[in-house]
Amino acid sequence: MSPLSPNSFDRTACFRVLVVDLAARRGDVVILDGRDQVMGGSGLAALLYQKYGLPGEPAFHPGQPLIFAIGPLTGAFPLMSKTVCGFKSPYVENYAESHAGGRSALSLRFAGYDALVITGRAAAPAAVVLGSRTLQVVDVHYLWGADIFTAGKLLRKIVPGNSGHRSILRIGPAGENRQAYACINVDTYRHFGRLGAGAVMGAKNLKGVVIHGDADLPFPENKNYTKLFADIHSKATATDMMEKYHNLGTPVNVLPLNELKSLPWRNLQATADPDAGKISGEEFADKLLMSNAACSGCPVGCIHVGMLREMFSDKHRFYIRQVPYDHEPNFACGSMLGVTDPKEILALIDAADRQGLDAISAGVALAWATEAMQKGLVTPETALTTLAFGEPEGYKTALYHLGHMTNDFYAALGRGAGYAAAQYGGGDFACVLGQEMAGYATGETYFVSQTIGFRHSHLDTGAYSFDQKNKDQDIEATLKFLLDDERERVLLNNLVSCLFARGVYKPALIAEALDCLGFSTLAHTLDETSETVRNLRWKLKIQTGFDPATTRIPKRFSEIVTWKGAVDADYMERLRTAYAQKIIALAGENAPAAGT
Amino acid sequence: MKVHRAARMERCIGCHACSLACARLVHKTISWNASGIRIKSSGGVTSGYQAVLCLACDPPPCAAACPTGAMTPRKSGGGVLHKRSVCIRCGKCAAACPVGAIALDDQQAPYVCIHCGRCIEFCPHGCLELFDAEEKRPLCQEACHVPPVAE
Repeated sequence: MSPLSPNSFDRTACFRVLVVDLAARRGDVVILDGRDQVMGGSGLAALLYQKYGLPGEPAFHPGQPLIFAIGPLTGAFPLMSKTVCGFKSPYVENYAESHAGGRSALSLRFAGYDALVITGRAAAPAAVVLGSRTLQVVDVHYLWGADIFTAGKLLRKIVPGNSGHRSILRIGPAGENRQAYACINVDTYRHFGRLGAGAVMGAKNLKGVVIHGDADLPFPENKNYTKLFADIHSKATATDMMEKYHNLGTPVNVLPLNELKSLPWRNLQATADPDAGKISGEEFADKLLMSNAACSGCPVGCIHVGMLREMFSDKHRFYIRQVPYDHEPNFACGSMLGVTDPKEILALIDAADRQGLDAISAGVALAWATEAMQKGLVTPETALTTLAFGEPEGYKTALYHLGHMTNDFYAALGRGAGYAAAQYGGGDFACVLGQEMAGYATGETYFVSQTIGFRHSHLDTGAYSFDQKNKDQDIEATLKFLLDDERERVLLNNLVSCLFARGVYKPALIAEALDCLGFSTLAHTLDETSETVRNLRWKLKIQTGFDPATTRIPKRFSEIVTWKGAVDADYMERLRTAYAQKIIALAGENAPAAGT
Repeated sequence: MKVHRAARMERCIGCHACSLACARLVHKTISWNASGIRIKSSGGVTSGYQAVLCLACDPPPCAAACPTGAMTPRKSGGGVLHKRSVCIRCGKCAAACPVGAIALDDQQAPYVCIHCGRCIEFCPHGCLELFDAEEKRPLCQEACHVPPVAE
């Protein structure tokens, strides 16, 4: 735990980045300018993709970088607890981001880096081990094939030390088999979940990354630091601002969404169901919640861990599994599959996690496969099991086959419901909005937002919330909301704050915290920096192949009813077209040039 | 004298707010390690969390092992005081601690809990507590349901 020298470089102006070449089994520490232009996190990841990325090459090209970046306040203030993963997505074949917490952010900070970039392909399955005075590329060929939990346990033995102060990232069979929505598991309970970062690791022959957070940061010179820290900590814990996140957690949304006819059921064949009460946040909390956990540096503790107790022998032998749950995986492995037993929902999340699959995409893809089987497009012989809404056993079998890419059907389904539908039919009911939808059937704004949004995520904007409050079909007002909200979120993504903290970290407080740590220029240019990064991100995404204008929203999304009535397909298409034009403009001539 | 106990670790969520507070407020650094209390998981986060900190041994073996008098017993209640100016950074205090509560940095400088309790207010779940040493509160954690020992 050597103190990182504050004098070796000016961290208020520069980034310190470790670039590891797996083929060469070595790394370079790079001091990179640009702090005042891109701030960190999302902006830093984009800057690094601009520097190291191969925009014209496929996602699995060995030279594509896999980037992990944190922000200027990480480690120094509460809730700055996330890491941005930047990569070219094998799912959409353009530049993408995924965010995760766990211990990843503080481990990287205390290892002494603003970002880790991994390039090249290892000759044999490998793990990267780094710390403030450590860099190794370790041969772990014997781990290839291990599921997520086994890989975690063995990596803890293979790379001992720093228990509690290290982060272990790893992939499961799905990542090894390059399934396009394979995730990277972070410290068991968190994930770089969406758009296939795990498959990029698999393509690099990279089974795991162990980050030792074993050094110290210099103490800020500003005398107000400890007081400001205490004030923010108090806001995050002593007020009710964060209560909904640590009490019932995001599943608190289930009953209100169902009431608003906005909860997807059985592959979005319905938006409400009388059985919603069986899978409510209250049911999970009362009957299955076992403990809460926190990302390092966050006192809120929003991670909800459910206890799954299953008898594996009729002699009353049980195993206990601890399964993290949230609204999005609950919806994908629950209502979307018609599964209404919370224990079975946990079992399906566990099965997806074990394989290293994005539980959201996997659940929604299986929902498409179920309807395709109902309509005779896919047979039980093809799927190697019978898929039926409400029957979890078939889904458990299918998740294994998805992870192991057992046959052509699972190879297609592993590329997404949309891809599989192009092979087998049923594109109208493939619930894909850029990637498999998240759990909010709130209406036109949300469907357009997730389709075109930068991460194809429900977190690109608060469109799901906007839909729940606005019935008017006002395209200009909606576009203004989408664009303003995205820019505010880009600021938090640059930090990289947990988005649950957006009620705490208002711009004035962010400026105060930045100024306190010596980032005085950034403190006065929040809007400009956010706009620069937003434009840069869009420029990269479009440069790597994304065309907002040619996106489409499958027919199923215009066949449903929400609290506003039937979805208006014509309005939705006009909104999509208008939003696409705005995004294209953002990446236009005034945006910073990628590759320069 | 006060004694610091991690009395209710079953409630711990692993946020590390205590370690970061000790590093920040006592040792004037931002660190997981340069702290008198450190939160570990043994076998991954599914196994729960353990606080590694000074148990206020009386007499303290770390002080007995110190060859220069840098680590000296507190006046009463157990625990030690560490005087940096006379510490030769030999590491013998850390080696002598039976529960690994003394962390060494790469200059062999020791970090040990001074039972000041400044970390406690940052714990969101009341896992930590400061007791009067005279209470002779046992180490048992909340789940043990053992009431305090009455003298």
